Amino acid sequence: MSEAAREGLAAYLFLLPWLIGLFGLTLGPMVASLLLSFTHYDLLSPPRWVGLHNFQLLLSDDRYLHSVRVTFTYVVLEVPLKLAFALLLAVVLNRGLRAVGLYRALFYVPSLLGGSAAIAILWRQIFGGDGMANMILTSLGWHHPPAWLQDPSYALFTLVALGVWQFGSPMVIFLAGIRQIPREFYDAARVDGAGRVSQFFRLTLPLLTPLILFNFILQMVYAFQTFTPAFLVSGGNGSPVDSTLFYTLYLYNEAFGNLHMGYGAAMAWILLVVIAVSTAAVFASSRYWVFYMETER
Amino acid sequence: MMRALSRVSVYALINVAIVAALVVMLYPLIWMLSASFKTGYEIFHSLSLLPQAPSLDNYISGWTALRLPFSVFFMNSVVLCAAAVLGNTISCTLAAFAFARLRFPLKRVLFAVMLMTIMLPFHATIVPQFVLYEHLGWVGTILPIVVPKFLAVDAFFVFLLVQFIRNIPTSLDDAAKIDGCGPFRLFYWVILPLLTPALATTAIFTFIFTWNDFFSQLLYLGNSVSSYTVPVALRAFIDATSLSSWPQTLAMSLLSLLPIIGFFMAFQRLLVEGISTTGLKG
Repeated sequence: MSEAAREGLAAYLFLLPWLIGLFGLTLGPMVASLLLSFTHYDLLSPPRWVGLHNFQLLLSDDRYLHSVRVTFTYVVLEVPLKLAFALLLAVVLNRGLRAVGLYRALFYVPSLLGGSAAIAILWRQIFGGDGMANMILTSLGWHHPPAWLQDPSYALFTLVALGVWQFGSPMVIFLAGIRQIPREFYDAARVDGAGRVSQFFRLTLPLLTPLILFNFILQMVYAFQTFTPAFLVSGGNGSPVDSTLFYTLYLYNEAFGNLHMGYGAAMAWILLVVIAVSTAAVFASSRYWVFYMETER
Repeated sequence: MMRALSRVSVYALINVAIVAALVVMLYPLIWMLSASFKTGYEIFHSLSLLPQAPSLDNYISGWTALRLPFSVFFMNSVVLCAAAVLGNTISCTLAAFAFARLRFPLKRVLFAVMLMTIMLPFHATIVPQFVLYEHLGWVGTILPIVVPKFLAVDAFFVFLLVQFIRNIPTSLDDAAKIDGCGPFRLFYWVILPLLTPALATTAIFTFIFTWNDFFSQLLYLGNSVSSYTVPVALRAFIDATSLSSWPQTLAMSLLSLLPIIGFFMAFQRLLVEGISTTGLKG
């Protein structure tokens, strides 16, 4: 056996676990999911082919369409707000402060803990009608504040706040990016008479656009999949009156609660397509706003 | 003189503003800590962060409030996380070594596929996976969560390790090859010993993600109390108990965060570097 053949064989041995996972647990199930989406399947009896029926049902399912609206509202609010806070704090933290390492770590703490069940439960207490937030607001003189989580007009916004609260992880990435910008650029800008504000808009911001793109896509993909806080804060059903019925929550309840596996698979594939199309659209738009510095490497 | 002074005061002002922002942001966590030592009445009637009569009652009664004590749920979580860490570090390192160092047919295609699976939402596969595990009789065990880790399904960590291995100078490989090392000995004696920092990052993040992960534990371990992990137990807690048990709920929730806070404090620098360079989700 030749040297190259031996190396190729060895490579495939190293890759074997990953290949089994790729075909058995990723690509295979993706295809199976697509096939299941054309069937009725309840785990107990064999799948029954129904063609496009699940997709037609989805289009006339008011709760489904509502969950789409809830999720889009969440994504559209949470992602830009989170990135704005992340960028603002990264710029402020970069102003040569002595304790920047400590600050950076502390701002990251909500990102570290925020996805957990414990924090979702904490949120449920804080934004309950008689929770901590309203105790503070009442003591500040607001006599009848809304009952946030029990109020369908506000419940979703408390979850947006929970997401934005976790701006630490994009902030850490922005901070690392700002540090890569050569000092001389700022020196030159100052010589040309640029103040702090125009330094930010003409130098820092354009040079950070590749990272903004990266963070935007990452956070958007995650935001579409939000599940834990919606499940725990609403008691699992998207209450009050479906105001926090996130896409993934409805999917979970349909597929695994009601055992509508085909229906759930159809929802999952639509979500996959929506996320892929959104990502592609953001990428396509990046031609117009992302600035790549020409560097010699 | 004036300039220097105003400069000092600008920095002081920024520091004050940052500390104020931090207090607002971390207030919910501080409040949670304080509430866990309070009585239920106090939680809903006093804004003070200092409990009137701090007591461990909430922890003691919360620990045994479900049918089984929380020690069972913590043990389940620890076993699950340990198995996940073991699986991820082994399988992802093996795959990463092949991608970073070996030549083989279809390498570019497979690498591109690997990159694409990183961003794949897990919903794309969850329904058939559940059906598969149901037929294998794995639902109710940790296998549906652990086995994928041994098959490097978290492709993100493969990518992380590939990047790391690529930064190891190939002159080492050449020296080893001259000494007659094949791929296996190269991996074991040359690359693996140099991978410690990347393996630590992989292990710690796998631990944190698995500890925090709620969806799959709810799905696969949510049906019998004896298999509950900590997040699933917390969920059962808020469902099973009335609103008067908020103090115990908060005490147990706080306990569930301690392992993560501990890891973060111990490995803060390593973790933050990892996020800065790779965009790991936190």
